[in-house]
Amino acid sequence: MKKDIILAGVGGQGILSIAATIGFAAVDMGLHLKQAEVHGMSQRGGDVQSHLRISDKDIASDLIPYGKADMIISVEPMESLRYLPMLSPEGWVITNTKPFINISNYPDISELLKEIESLPRYIALDADKIAREIGSAKSANMVVLGASAPFLDIPYEKLEKAIEMLFGRKGESVVKANKNALKAGLEYSEKNK
Amino acid sequence: MQKLLLLGDEAIAQAAIDAGISGIYAYPGTPSTEITEYVQNSKEAKEKGIRSSWSANEKTAMEAALGMSYAGKRSMVCMKHVGLNVAADGFINSAITGVNGGMLVVAADDPSMHSSQNEQDSRFYGKFALIPILEPSNQQEAYDMVHYGFEISEKYKIPVMLRLTTRLAHSRAGVVIKEKKEQNKLKLPSNLTQFVLLPAIARRQYKDLLNNQNNFNKESDESGNNKYFEGKDKKLGIIACGLAYNYLMENYHDRIVPHPVLKISQYPLPKKLVEKICNECEEILVLEDGYPLVEELIKGFLSRGIIVKGRLDGTIPRDGELNPNIVAKSLGHKETRGNDIPSLVAPRPPSLCAGCPHIDSYLDLNQVLEEFTKGRVFADIGCYTLGALPPYNSINSTVDMGASITMAKGAADAGLVPSVAVIGDSTFAHSGITGLLDAVNDKSPITVFILDNATTAMTGGQGSAATGKIENICRGIGVEDEHIHILNPLKKHHEENMKIIQQELDYHGVSVIIPRRECIQTFGKKK
Repeated sequence: MKKDIILAGVGGQGILSIAATIGFAAVDMGLHLKQAEVHGMSQRGGDVQSHLRISDKDIASDLIPYGKADMIISVEPMESLRYLPMLSPEGWVITNTKPFINISNYPDISELLKEIESLPRYIALDADKIAREIGSAKSANMVVLGASAPFLDIPYEKLEKAIEMLFGRKGESVVKANKNALKAGLEYSEKNK
Repeated sequence: MQKLLLLGDEAIAQAAIDAGISGIYAYPGTPSTEITEYVQNSKEAKEKGIRSSWSANEKTAMEAALGMSYAGKRSMVCMKHVGLNVAADGFINSAITGVNGGMLVVAADDPSMHSSQNEQDSRFYGKFALIPILEPSNQQEAYDMVHYGFEISEKYKIPVMLRLTTRLAHSRAGVVIKEKKEQNKLKLPSNLTQFVLLPAIARRQYKDLLNNQNNFNKESDESGNNKYFEGKDKKLGIIACGLAYNYLMENYHDRIVPHPVLKISQYPLPKKLVEKICNECEEILVLEDGYPLVEELIKGFLSRGIIVKGRLDGTIPRDGELNPNIVAKSLGHKETRGNDIPSLVAPRPPSLCAGCPHIDSYLDLNQVLEEFTKGRVFADIGCYTLGALPPYNSINSTVDMGASITMAKGAADAGLVPSVAVIGDSTFAHSGITGLLDAVNDKSPITVFILDNATTAMTGGQGSAATGKIENICRGIGVEDEHIHILNPLKKHHEENMKIIQQELDYHGVSVIIPRRECIQTFGKKK
């Protein structure tokens, strides 16, 4: 088993929480893991990515080679496209469609969506809207993670357990909001994949 | 056997705690910040009384670490690569004094300049100081090498450098923890003149350092940190340093490389092992993150004899960090790139946060400066460096910590009046104070903005050494009271702020303007 995942978004959007959740579940399953993060200047509203690699074998590089990623999980639509050179020909793109616009030359959103819809394998969902509808407005990132769950080869309960471990300190309501978000994302994906 | 999921930085920190350090000293700097933060947040470190708060700059950190070592205890000092420039005086001389308690100097380099102004390679500093350098290839090695580093530091009474790069610093993996060691007891050096670098003593100490080189060479050959892997195809031999080893292995599915491979994780270069690979192979490929240090050494100035491929002959790009694909190309493997980035994807550079006080400061300053010709604002290192980008386009220099004030002074000395310096509160504490003293002594006509957001913002909101002390520092070094102003950088104060700035630009002497409002990020976290 091997999953090479690019996590994409804008600084402050919570991609590291997604990484931590998958990471915790992977370690819990006894898998090897390497996860390269971006810290420092880019976190100030710039594009950020994390390379997350899980495998039942030893992992060599902290960086995923170009053209080898099994999936891109993005919490922002334009950012999902920035890493296409990393994606393998059989890879999936799972992305939020809600744009984060902090630059003046942000492209037309309908053009962006057209570009995403032209990909051979993708799941595109408005995670912000779904999160709001189920009363977990702050958990759009977990909706996106839920949508990617069918492709991760990690049992769903392991992801739930990871959420319990990671968010437990913040109280039961936060855990519940995140678990609900995860489930809503999964349901969307099951219906639309 | 306990296994923790740790960043490279965190593995180093946990290892230092386990190896019995009594103190860690550092100034925040990407990608090294998380080492010290980990110790600061560690319950275990607190229980053990390990000293860990931030230092004013890397020089004070280095010297304090050396002082702790003098007293017999193990100490660690951490910095980003350019921080080592600041600490260089103490660092180079600590190799001459030697140490008493073990001392590890951690330098985190940033090839590709993800968050830095250059990509200098700290291995050159280690070589310059004539001390052993350790360069782990993964998180586990980082953990283990901290233990080993302290051992040889105490064995040879020498500071030891541990060099890592951004990818290892900020990448997470499982790490197995070793048995924990007690802290050293207070114990002064047996020779109380060891640290007195008077010429007569320094000459003797320097000879000791030179005599120790053989020992360091021997350690490199025998420690096991440098490994030789046999390979059948001897047309090519590969020397892979630190992280580059991982990128090499990534290119072989079964992890079996057909060529002889020398994995380097300890310097000085292991003579016997380098000789072996150069004798056995027709050509040598050198893979190293950073400058072509090993490549130059093996190639030699005239490049006679051994054929060496790497960054110098274009096999690998001369600048930027390595990755698996660059290494694949150097091995002649085929490209695996996916689809191109669609043309509509726009760049998204970092920017000042919405609500950031620096935005208001720059808007105030920009408008007042409209009546002058452009090119008068000397800035510094921090979030406010982003004022160089549109829509602000406010600044004309960013060179090194503290250079805003001194460059503004030099330009004013040359006749550029008014000249403006823009420096953050933490950077001012780090290296701005002495420059301001120069300006005061010379009565240079400069206006210094000390942007006080009460934190070291760029690296994630660490404490700032001058918080609550800035006006008093300025007064104390002789800035006149009537030329020190505190502004509230908010839109509603725009007019009155501009008036004060205008008034001080007109003053022919040193003025200090302190726009003071908390960083929007640290403010948000408190809520």
